[in-house]
Amino acid sequence: MNLMHERLKTVLYPLITFAVLLAVWEIAIRVFKVPNFILPTPVSVVQALYRGYVEGLYWQHFFFTLQSMLFGYLLGCTLAFMLGCLFAESRTFERMLYPFVVALQSMPKVALAPLIIVWFGFGIESKIVMVALVCFFPMFINTAMGLKHTNPALLDLMNAFSASRWHILTRIKIPSAAGHIFAGLQIAIVLGLIGAVVAEFVSSTKGLGHLINASAVNLETNTMFAALLSLAVLGILGSQVVRLLHAKVVFWDKQASSQAIVSE
Amino acid sequence: MSDILLQADKLAVTYTSTRGPVVALQDLSTRLHQGEFLSVLGPSGCGKSTLLKVVAGLLRPSGGSVTLAGAPITGPRPDVGIVFQQPTLLPWQTVLDNVLLPVRTLGMDLAAGRDKAMQLLKLVGLDKFARHYPNELSGGMQQRVGIARGIIHDPTLLLMDEPFAALDAMTREHMMLELQRIWMATGKSVVFITHSIPEAVFLSDRIAVLSARPGRTIREVEIDLPRPRTLATMADPRFTEICNELRALFTDLVKFD
Ligand SMILES: Nc1ncnc2c1ncn2[C@@H]1O[C@H](COP(=O)(O)OP(=O)(O)OP(=O)(O)O)[C@@H](O)[C@H]1O
Ligand SMILES: [Mg+2]
Repeated sequence: MNLMHERLKTVLYPLITFAVLLAVWEIAIRVFKVPNFILPTPVSVVQALYRGYVEGLYWQHFFFTLQSMLFGYLLGCTLAFMLGCLFAESRTFERMLYPFVVALQSMPKVALAPLIIVWFGFGIESKIVMVALVCFFPMFINTAMGLKHTNPALLDLMNAFSASRWHILTRIKIPSAAGHIFAGLQIAIVLGLIGAVVAEFVSSTKGLGHLINASAVNLETNTMFAALLSLAVLGILGSQVVRLLHAKVVFWDKQASSQAIVSE
Repeated sequence: MSDILLQADKLAVTYTSTRGPVVALQDLSTRLHQGEFLSVLGPSGCGKSTLLKVVAGLLRPSGGSVTLAGAPITGPRPDVGIVFQQPTLLPWQTVLDNVLLPVRTLGMDLAAGRDKAMQLLKLVGLDKFARHYPNELSGGMQQRVGIARGIIHDPTLLLMDEPFAALDAMTREHMMLELQRIWMATGKSVVFITHSIPEAVFLSDRIAVLSARPGRTIREVEIDLPRPRTLATMADPRFTEICNELRALFTDLVKFD
């Protein structure tokens, strides 16, 4: 009973905040007579959303961004995971790559967007590459660091029982690093979405980022807000999926799902 | 009982830490005969775990030599079993899978290993917990899982680092009797590290007493109490006498300034 109460509160309270926000927004526009092309009314945003998703014009943009996000994320994270393992396992490889990793890490990857458009064209390919690129680093660093910080007692244990290197990597180091790896996946999903939008800003004919860009030209702020909301939904959905996976996969760590704090 | 299995000669181990070098062991010499039960007794921090790691092939000594069956120890060996001071279980594996770890790493038959594991879990009183995960177990239960894991691959040399320290008095006595039984039945050689004088006297053929850090052997005591020893042995005047002797030696060792 009490638990139900608590659950209800966690859903209800944010909804109250949201309702208050909408009311203040609507009232402010009426009182200060803000023109619609500066700030749309909540109603006109809802209208735009309705038109976009029921009449179907927004879906192609939504799916374009979702697709670049999904493929880019999978590509970037898979590559980062494999190279992260190599980096953590091979001293030589680490020595060869370390200075470049440090240098690239501090560079804003989104600045490469125009170049990537030049190389991979205006279509979805360039967006996928962009997303993969921004996803790569947080995933790579987290994987490598996680693997390198395996509890030495566990390594002693495995060595004492003559475990092979492969066995140690797959059965000990990777599960040990799972918390780090999921933190990387969590950060990557947030950054990936940013990457997708930036690439669409630079040049695209589709996508939610493109929608924002295109409607800015015509001062269609309600469309911009509708696209922003759609992006928020994408972001929340992605984070939530990763969080659920985290709790499911790293079942032995009770604080697992609350551990990954995403910051940009 | 005459052939020597393990021989440490002027063994020295120095750790390098950020605070500078730490000499853990210096000039430690001792030996273990085939089939012998040797206990190592020493004050906390004197280097007992360090000694065990060297014998297990996990740590290179910085001086002196250790030989196992005549050959210098160059790394871990499949015929050695170890029970660590901390349970060191894999939290993502069930109790059964944790016990099966050496079976997997050494590529032994898994089906036979499973039967053996269940047998050992029964022996340590945890057969009902085979499907549980380590974080559902108490510290003492975890340690017993570690003990089962240490002997599942039937090692000829068994290294145990204070395996009963986390157990309650009743379980500890039960485990002592079981260990003696296994040891007498299988003829393993055992190096057993402990803080507990009665435990050492009860189990051992011989006890090596180490000094405070840096650890070296300051005394070796043969325990000639007849086997099998039972709980009644602990009431034996000879048992009490040896314990008192060792305790007197210990009070001199453990002095903090
Ligand atoms: N990795 C390490 N780096 C630096 N110093 C270490 C390291 N491991 C152990 N030492 C030091 O070496 C000494 C011996 O440690 P060891 O763990 O062998 O003691 P011990 O006899 O097993 O103690 P206890 O009975 O409390 O378990 C200690 O003083 C400890 O501080
Ligand atoms: Mg110790």
